[in-house]
Amino acid sequence: MKFRFSFSRLVIYGLLFLFAFIFLIPIYVLVSSSLKTFAEVQDLSQLWNPPSGFYLESFRSAWFGVPEKGLRGLAQNLLNSFYLTVPATIISSLLGSLNGYVFSKWRFKGSNIIFPLMLFGMFIPYQSILIPLTQTLARVGLGGTLWGLILVHVVYGIPITTLIFRNYYAEVPIEMIEAARIDGAGIFGVYARILFPLSIPGFVVVIIWQFTNIWNEFLFAVSILQKAELQPITVALRNLSGSQIKEWNLVMAGAVIAALPTLIIYIVMSRYFIRGLLAGSVKG
Amino acid sequence: MAQRERWIAVLIVLPSILLIAIFVYGFIGWTAAVSFSEWDGIVPDYTWAGFENYNQLFNSASVAGRRFTIDLWNTLFFTIFFLLICIAIGLLLAILLDQKIKGEGIFRTIYLFPMAISFVVTGVVWQWIFAPGTASRPRGVNALLNMAGLDSLRWGWFTDTTEIGVFHVALIPVIIAAAWQLIGYTMAMYLAGLRGVPEELREAARVDGATEIYIYRNIVLPILRPITLSALIFLGHISLKIFDLIYTMTGKGPGFVTDVPGIFMFETTFQGNHYAQGAAISSIMFVMVALVIVPYLIFSLRQEVEI
Repeated sequence: MKFRFSFSRLVIYGLLFLFAFIFLIPIYVLVSSSLKTFAEVQDLSQLWNPPSGFYLESFRSAWFGVPEKGLRGLAQNLLNSFYLTVPATIISSLLGSLNGYVFSKWRFKGSNIIFPLMLFGMFIPYQSILIPLTQTLARVGLGGTLWGLILVHVVYGIPITTLIFRNYYAEVPIEMIEAARIDGAGIFGVYARILFPLSIPGFVVVIIWQFTNIWNEFLFAVSILQKAELQPITVALRNLSGSQIKEWNLVMAGAVIAALPTLIIYIVMSRYFIRGLLAGSVKG
Repeated sequence: MAQRERWIAVLIVLPSILLIAIFVYGFIGWTAAVSFSEWDGIVPDYTWAGFENYNQLFNSASVAGRRFTIDLWNTLFFTIFFLLICIAIGLLLAILLDQKIKGEGIFRTIYLFPMAISFVVTGVVWQWIFAPGTASRPRGVNALLNMAGLDSLRWGWFTDTTEIGVFHVALIPVIIAAAWQLIGYTMAMYLAGLRGVPEELREAARVDGATEIYIYRNIVLPILRPITLSALIFLGHISLKIFDLIYTMTGKGPGFVTDVPGIFMFETTFQGNHYAQGAAISSIMFVMVALVIVPYLIFSLRQEVEI
């Protein structure tokens, strides 16, 4: 009995370690290739070997670029990603919070029809709005600009941010709100005094979720921004990896740079990340 | 007073409602209009073309039709295998992690981290892993096989044009990459579900002499069924519209072996300027996703009202 017990534990831990190993293979590939020199990645007999030393040369080239080879550095693109992601995340979180407040505590006639119609917007394939979108942005003078892309992320972020905040506020007991109203708080007073202070964890969830999604997004960015110096890191990385003479050490260093910001947030705040993940798919 | 605030409440959400009305519903209608037009070039042309663009896509004698037929088959196979793998391995990992594991948090973090990185990064790394190289200079997994003396197992991975019926084997590496990224999601969903199963329920069954396997089969799994539905819908709609991952990892591939509607739409619209054709493809993609999502939204929101 004792033996069987520990044997099954052994199988369980064995499987867990096996899967952990498989899941980490791409990370090994990323890190080891990015720390190699160009000569070393070219040597296919060493392909899977760890780097022979700790070379940061690929990171330097990926970051600053190699003008004589016509390679642009990713530093500007990383900055662009921040310029894009930070404002879009803040604006869409605030909008979602206000919307969620109304859809949970100030339901109006037709709001239970409008809300699902709004939610539907987060599931559509964005290909089905891409042509009108690029046409419209060009017509209003936002075509090919970061501001245009920020607007796009704010608009298509409305459904998910509204959903998360609505569900969050739905759990605030109505008595708290009534008490505040007896004290003379109006619609904005209730929000400012009761709900907003309560919703700091909700904001953390939404901000992490939006930041990760907007940072990682590719289709909107590649369709809207043609100028290389304006493109966010995802588009720049794809251009780097699609270039003719592929220097894998450079590409992998670029991939590490692109992945690090969201990866760090995930590792530090995984609890909130998981809450956003579950909130985005489980019904309201 | 209360009446006035009611109006203020509506005014707060009005901008969002208008934006969604225009950017979602208006634009979908606009795309549909383009798909019925003759717009083929940089300058918009809304001359009525009827179903011409759709006929092209479904006419397997035309170049576009041949490509689109392959795309639909690829999407079907990609979706089936991707869903099966994510559900099976996600559930397995969740059950394993539910066995009072030491270091559960670390394992969970490892299985879930791919969700935090971009499909573009995933595409770049898995392209390296499955790049076939050549017979004399094998790369990626082929290099490993070569070192292990298993050279006979070497194949073209995502560049292989072998077909089994209408299934392109080149899709296998792409499915693996996509599953690597999203297995953590199903695991997290199932784990949350498992934590919701009352311990007393399992304890009672144990007292009655039920084995652990019996408890999972007859008590736990039925409780998890709604989670499976949610996960299938969520993953299914992702696979129907997938673009970034495949575009970065393999592109359309030789003979469209790894092509999907998302890539066809992007290339024909923004590289070929065949706007009407791109609009027709994206309208079909929209209908496919809507068929999956709309019943689910109605179903789950109705359930919510009942509670």
